[in-house]
Amino acid sequence: MRWLLVALLAVPAAGALLAAFLPTKAGQVAGTVAAAAALGLSLPLYKDSWFSYGSSAVRPWHEVDLSWVPGLDLRFHLGVDGVSYPLVVLTALLTLLCCAFTLWRALAPGRGHTLVALLLVIEVGILGTFLALDLVLFFVFFEVVLLPMYAVIAVWGGDDRAHAARKFVLYTLFGSVLLLVGVFTVVVSAGTADIVALTGGGELSRGTQIAAFVLLAIAFAVKSPLWPLHTWLPDAHTQAPTVGSVILAGVLLKMGTYGLIRVAVGVAPEGARWAAPALGILAVAAIVVGSLVCLAQTELKRLIAYSSVGHMGFVLLGIATLTTTGIQAALIGNVAHGVITGLLFFLAGAIKERAHTGELAQLGGLREQSPWLAGILAFAAIASLGLPGLAGFWGEAFAVVASLDRGGPLWTTLAAVAAVGGALTAAYFLRLLRRVTHGPAAGALDPPGLARAEVAAWAPLVLLALVVGLLPALVLGMAGDPVGALVEAVRS
Amino acid sequence: MIPGVLLPAVPFAAALVGLLLPLRARRAAATVAVIGAGGALAIAPFLNKSDESQRWLDIGDLTVTFGARVDQPAILVAVAVGVVALAVQVYSIAYLAGDDRYPPYAAQVSLFTAAMLLVVVAGDLIMLLVGWEVMGICSYLLIGHDRRLPEAPAAAVKAFIVTRVGDVGFLLGIAVLGIGAGTFRIAGVLAHDYSATTLTVAGLLLLAGVAGKSAQFPLHTWLPDAMAGPTPISALIHAATMVAAGIYVVTRLYPLFTGTALAVLGVMAAITLLLGALAATAQDDIKRVLAWSTVSQIGYMAGALAVGSTSAALFHLLTHAAFKALLFLAAGCVIHAVGSTLMSRMGGLRRDMPVTFWSFAIGLGALAGLPPLAGFWSKESIVVAAHHPHGPAPEWVGWLVWLAALAGIAITALYAARLLRGVFFGPANAHGHEAPPLMRWPIALLAVPSALLGLAVFWPAFREAIGLEEASIDAWALLPVALLAAGAVVGWRGVPTVPAFARAFWLDEVQHLLLVRPVRSLAHGIRLADEAGVDGAVEGTGRLAVGLGRRLATAHRSGLPRAATAVLAAAVLLAALGVIL
Repeated sequence: MRWLLVALLAVPAAGALLAAFLPTKAGQVAGTVAAAAALGLSLPLYKDSWFSYGSSAVRPWHEVDLSWVPGLDLRFHLGVDGVSYPLVVLTALLTLLCCAFTLWRALAPGRGHTLVALLLVIEVGILGTFLALDLVLFFVFFEVVLLPMYAVIAVWGGDDRAHAARKFVLYTLFGSVLLLVGVFTVVVSAGTADIVALTGGGELSRGTQIAAFVLLAIAFAVKSPLWPLHTWLPDAHTQAPTVGSVILAGVLLKMGTYGLIRVAVGVAPEGARWAAPALGILAVAAIVVGSLVCLAQTELKRLIAYSSVGHMGFVLLGIATLTTTGIQAALIGNVAHGVITGLLFFLAGAIKERAHTGELAQLGGLREQSPWLAGILAFAAIASLGLPGLAGFWGEAFAVVASLDRGGPLWTTLAAVAAVGGALTAAYFLRLLRRVTHGPAAGALDPPGLARAEVAAWAPLVLLALVVGLLPALVLGMAGDPVGALVEAVRS
Repeated sequence: MIPGVLLPAVPFAAALVGLLLPLRARRAAATVAVIGAGGALAIAPFLNKSDESQRWLDIGDLTVTFGARVDQPAILVAVAVGVVALAVQVYSIAYLAGDDRYPPYAAQVSLFTAAMLLVVVAGDLIMLLVGWEVMGICSYLLIGHDRRLPEAPAAAVKAFIVTRVGDVGFLLGIAVLGIGAGTFRIAGVLAHDYSATTLTVAGLLLLAGVAGKSAQFPLHTWLPDAMAGPTPISALIHAATMVAAGIYVVTRLYPLFTGTALAVLGVMAAITLLLGALAATAQDDIKRVLAWSTVSQIGYMAGALAVGSTSAALFHLLTHAAFKALLFLAAGCVIHAVGSTLMSRMGGLRRDMPVTFWSFAIGLGALAGLPPLAGFWSKESIVVAAHHPHGPAPEWVGWLVWLAALAGIAITALYAARLLRGVFFGPANAHGHEAPPLMRWPIALLAVPSALLGLAVFWPAFREAIGLEEASIDAWALLPVALLAAGAVVGWRGVPTVPAFARAFWLDEVQHLLLVRPVRSLAHGIRLADEAGVDGAVEGTGRLAVGLGRRLATAHRSGLPRAATAVLAAAVLLAALGVIL
């Protein structure tokens, strides 16, 4: 099983090389095959077990631990457990869907095989981030994602792509600098970069932990993004091509929340406890501000981008509670947001392509012209507003429950305000549907029907939103024990 | 497989199949829909009293279970839901004969039925919440169905948002209960020993959700607007699903409600009862008359709950389900024939539409509480319960509900008589024709329980099932009958329209002014602050850096004399610094 972990990174990397150097069509096909292989490789990693022994809170199912740069004592340490596994599968799935999608829809200015290669490099970076059990390795993978994403936005993006891409890269680079400082603060004081050994705080002093947590939390907050560090997101989403937006919202943001759980909270628990109230307040501010901005938003993709700010607010609220319930809610909220917002961006792309505009004022009557597209959009919007029974519900409702469970005036207030934010979320999604699907048809849609490739790309996401909603234990069943161990380590 | 879960599962399967059917597959869609509703109706009477569950999800130290809690009230309500859903599905086949989006419509009705049945049998609060919210979204989808009505989309959004506002409280209430007990299973929650404060807080929070779903003051504003939906949907929402769900959930969790919570419910009920009835007296649109009458009748049920009688509330819920479904479906026949919903365009229709007329008359009689029709017995049991309250609520709540209920009887008779006269008597402003058989038959069949269901009060098995006491008719029973007669006479003679009643005391405008507009302006303000303030700072940093860079670059490109001076000046500065340090 150990070679599977390495293969999971090697296959998309090889696919990226092939895609880059083969001619357009062949490169795209080769890349898509590699993405499919990566998804195939990620599935058998699952292991229904939990080692009840062991001193660390991180007890991976499978591990690879090789010496990488002996002189600097850097190790190539990968592992997967119940916290990272759902995100790994989600990443592999969304990358496959995006690669397959580019086969059907050629984007201006062409060079589809380069786009596929970049998507695969991004996949390598994201998978590596989720698998890394060494802080320095984690940082390296975290950074691998940045430049290919910049290129995806800057080359295949909308009219204002240069500005958006530059803003994305500079803003997240600012986060990366803090991440680097944070990582080395920890590594230098602890004398090791091994996440397994570091989780639970280990030998770090309180001051170091607080400093490390603040640095790491800001870095991850930029990526997540947490209000008020979110403003790169709407621009990047609006300008990115459909596949870029899907990857960005679907899995790239999850690197931030995953890092917050695994690295920031795990390595500097005392810092996390110290900063939890501030994090909680910012998370709830994100929920409220995100939904209010959406309520006044006039552009389709910008609206969905801002909705991510609100949804990630729920995820961060769950993490900020530092309870098992809260962190589990954050994990399922993460996966659900990836599935649903991925779908929403696919749909927004489809609508913009057909109507040649994303302005809500110029859209309308979608259900008259394209009933299936309108139906799926309604489904995605309803899933995103957290309807119980669909995937989005569990993360949001249980973030509120966890916050209420913490007790005390602050967390009770946060829970109540977050719940009101849930109602605002419903308000802006229904406003969106009213503008886009109801009313008389505005302008022609070309073509009105759905292509087979679109149905194929969306169907797995629709299905997942329903299945994760009905069987949340699929995602959370395996996370219970590792999260419990983490919370225990954080509390002690 | 837990048998009780089968009940919502059958219409849910019908909904899933129906949603995937192509738009032209009318016949298949109708078959699937009727099988879904009929299947649920066929299963319901054969369920046994049980409470089984299995683990659904462990999240932290909280357990969410998946299971069914079936008892006799649940079975009775499930049968009522099944009957009304089946009637609505059959009726819709004819009513939506010319609609090109019939298949998704029928599937959404199936989903609606499934959600209500899920609420009815749910053995866990989270499961109940699933049904509760899915019902909300189905009402949204169905109210917005009609493309010819420009107000339909807004009404649909309003229905969902207003109920969702209440559901903020509902979710928090469920969370408080679940956190206290460590499980969301209803049996576990009912068995847990909470502190009185926790119960009062949880009860009040739950009541916010109940007020939203069951259209109680101040969250009742969505229901009259929901009339924009197709008429069969109004029958479904008003009779057996949605608005009934709130009342049903309170009966289900009744031991958790403290005196304070029930007192609040009692006040809410009394206001809603009178508000709805008064508003119904001044409407011209027959669907709006019926809508306001629902608001008022649900107020009766809530009043019964407040004075400690879950049995009277359930009894009225069942009779109301029958006669309100009948009234809406019959009103649909009238609208279908006349092509308008306005009473002023109708009149004298009793000769053209005898079946509809007699059914409608029975329905109105039952609504007003004319003995011996169904509504008389159930309303009588509420009046008696309010006269002799025995719940945990303070005694004044009994008086309040009693007085409001009596006043409500007179007003109900008034608007019922006005409606009957306006549509079926007087000069014929329009000519009608009897509706097609698929629409006529459900109405004729619903007329039977509307007339006779009240007599079930003399059937010991029924009384035992919902915990009702034996009916005892004494001299006090004459009071409501006298009030009814007086109200009916006034209504038949006609009363001038009071603007405050016609606009329902301008509560819509108040809500718009106090809630909708501030939120909208806040949203615009926040958007501006976010774009100009937060993002402005980010963009400003970028521009500042670029500007500084340019400035420095310019400085580096200066001519030789200036550059030489700068180099010399720097040398002097460095030397000076060296000497000083």
